[in-house]
Amino acid sequence: MKILEINHMRKHFGDLEVLNDISLSVEEGQVVSIIGPSGSGKSTLLRCATLLETMDGGDLAYLGKYAARDVSGKAVYASSAELRSIKSSFGLVFQNFNLFPHYSVLKNITEAPILIQKRPKDEVYAHARELLKQMGLADREDAYPYQLSGGQQQRVSIARALAMQPKILFFDEPTSALDPELTGEILKVIRDLAAQHMTMVIVTHEMAFARDVSDHVIFMDGGVIVEQGNPFNIINNPQQERTIQFLSRFN
Amino acid sequence: MTITAMILKMSEGLGRTFSIFALTLVFSLPLGLIIALLRMSKIKPIRYIAQVYISIMRGTPLMLQLLVVAYGPFYLFGFSVARNKLIPIIIAFSLNYAAYYAEIYRGGIEAMPVGQYEAASVLGYSKMQTFMRIILPQVVKHILPSITNEVITLVKDTSFAFTLAYQEMFSIGKQIANSQTSFMPFVIAGVFYYVFNMLVAFLMNRLENRLNYYR
Repeated sequence: MKILEINHMRKHFGDLEVLNDISLSVEEGQVVSIIGPSGSGKSTLLRCATLLETMDGGDLAYLGKYAARDVSGKAVYASSAELRSIKSSFGLVFQNFNLFPHYSVLKNITEAPILIQKRPKDEVYAHARELLKQMGLADREDAYPYQLSGGQQQRVSIARALAMQPKILFFDEPTSALDPELTGEILKVIRDLAAQHMTMVIVTHEMAFARDVSDHVIFMDGGVIVEQGNPFNIINNPQQERTIQFLSRFN
Repeated sequence: MTITAMILKMSEGLGRTFSIFALTLVFSLPLGLIIALLRMSKIKPIRYIAQVYISIMRGTPLMLQLLVVAYGPFYLFGFSVARNKLIPIIIAFSLNYAAYYAEIYRGGIEAMPVGQYEAASVLGYSKMQTFMRIILPQVVKHILPSITNEVITLVKDTSFAFTLAYQEMFSIGKQIANSQTSFMPFVIAGVFYYVFNMLVAFLMNRLENRLNYYR
């Protein structure tokens, strides 16, 4: 089953074509990594997919429900009520965590499921504590974000996203703000999620990780998908000149 | 007239001084927030009107604004707003202070990292929920020191009410000073304001500490 489907996504900022005819789909349980140089459009793609940014043209659908549809070259978005319901099918983990500093760890995780999804408190708290245990933070539920290391904050933000029970989880360079040791912490959490068949789209600069954890790797540059396919082939044996050049330091 | 008698007489006006202070806060703090939001509106004319409002309120003396609110309606339409002088005083003070608070709120709101809005958006918070639950509580913490400044100024500005001969503490003191040809009432007034502001600073400091549970 297709969780996410993007067809012919286009986006420009002024004269700059940031995304040029991007199409991709993600099946249930699939892990897709997006790699590429800074400014290649990977983050914009993620931001358009998570409705933080509006695309100019193309289709965007979750579980067959359209968030936006292309009508003669222009993206027409669904009503805000529909978009709200669609939002509960995905989660996003940010590079800078973006935890709410005035909320405790537990409140960061539980407020949205209770307030937005209107799920019963007991169930949400139990689920949140389960997630914290899974993240190795069982004893930190009363802590505030400033009391946690970057790696711990990122794990809380992953728990916050998972608490919404999303069908797909996006990661926008989840380790770029972390030192190598803490990076390992987060990559392990994402590996565990992959082992549980969580559907994920990961924008990352960690090539070895992308190769090991993904089912599919996309290399983007200049707003287009240059090359995509099997992780091992793309990362260890790229065919396109631009991909070879980008990965030359890695290989 | 003994000093004790002066103090007692002036104390009678303290309730009114406090009324100006408290009522101005009650009205100007929420009004300031509304003006700040209008000032940041996406609609240009609304933004412009808010900007002009703030500019006039900050650019002209509070004493003049008091006179305009109290006597303007009479000259323009032939009627007075109210017998009770407190009403025009509260209106003028609230309109004036709201302009200053609006700019403080705006500074605080604009300083919020965009990531907070984005995280809330992805989690499905509505704009209202995002503002009330995520943004405003953090803004309040950040702007509290600036608010304290304005609140302290407000305590001292209550003395402008003498312009309308409203019998608050300072007006009474001024009358005693005139009738007794004594400087003493001004010294007493100074001590009253100073003690009042020590209390304000103490309470605001406690509030700041209470919000210090996070960074």
